[in-house]
Amino acid sequence: MEEMVERAHAHHVDPVVGYESSKFGMWLFIATELLLFGGLFTAYTIYRAKYPEMFHEQHLELNKPIGAINTVILICSSLTMALGVTSIKRGKQELLRLFLSLTILFGMMFLINKYFEWGHEFRDGNYPGTSIFFSLYFMMTGLHMIHVIAGLLVLAVMLALSFTGRFSDKYNTPVELGGIYWHLVDLIWIYLFPLLYLIG
Amino acid sequence: METKAHIENHATGSGTYVAVWIALIILTVITVAASYVHFGTFNLVIALGIASLKASLVALYFMHLKFEEKITWVFFLYPLALLAILISLSMSDVFFRTPVSP
Repeated sequence: MEEMVERAHAHHVDPVVGYESSKFGMWLFIATELLLFGGLFTAYTIYRAKYPEMFHEQHLELNKPIGAINTVILICSSLTMALGVTSIKRGKQELLRLFLSLTILFGMMFLINKYFEWGHEFRDGNYPGTSIFFSLYFMMTGLHMIHVIAGLLVLAVMLALSFTGRFSDKYNTPVELGGIYWHLVDLIWIYLFPLLYLIG
Repeated sequence: METKAHIENHATGSGTYVAVWIALIILTVITVAASYVHFGTFNLVIALGIASLKASLVALYFMHLKFEEKITWVFFLYPLALLAILISLSMSDVFFRTPVSP
């Protein structure tokens, strides 16, 4: 905390203003992320409306139970992330480390499932060039996967920093912002899952 | 600005998070179960309705939007409004464009 106050003074930034503007920055970034995925959602809507039979037939080739399990995994990871933020806001550093580790574990479980899922689709001869449906499927889940990996890297840095005692009930902005980003990854998957696996 | 109050740590209680988590799991089970029943167009409505409900829970509670100031809501809702315009105008173009001979 001492260190943070000093640093804030060095840059002439009020910690409260610093906190608020950091959070606005994260929300602005989230706005661009929504539009990034929005382009793909638009493409999906147009092609699904144009070729409903093709989408219906091909979505049956996806593994619905694995998609559902991955949805549950991401929801659990969001819970542990939220509990981690609450813990550090109450000054509990050990709990933050525990919940960050659990969140990272869930994120990795998601990636491992996705790895086997893609492998299965490749073995079945479904590639991004197979059809518009699979093209969209691989683009949407692929872009989402990149976000999961980016989120995991952020969380890993937070976990490493938490061991230096950098975060406390007074200063935890990076953990909170990392959490908001992680929940966004969950939020996008919440739409991808029904669109691709359930209604095709 | 009520920023002072904000930095005084508006930490949502763990109980709220667990309740939201339970709701999200139940909604996931419902949407998967509903996908096995044939409702026609209603499958689409159910799936997207439940997804939106789940997304709202994540945004409001996990992402803490419920307790943020108005400007944050603007940041979140504005791109969604743009997206609605993009999708609806693109769709109208796809379905109502009349071919013009050169």
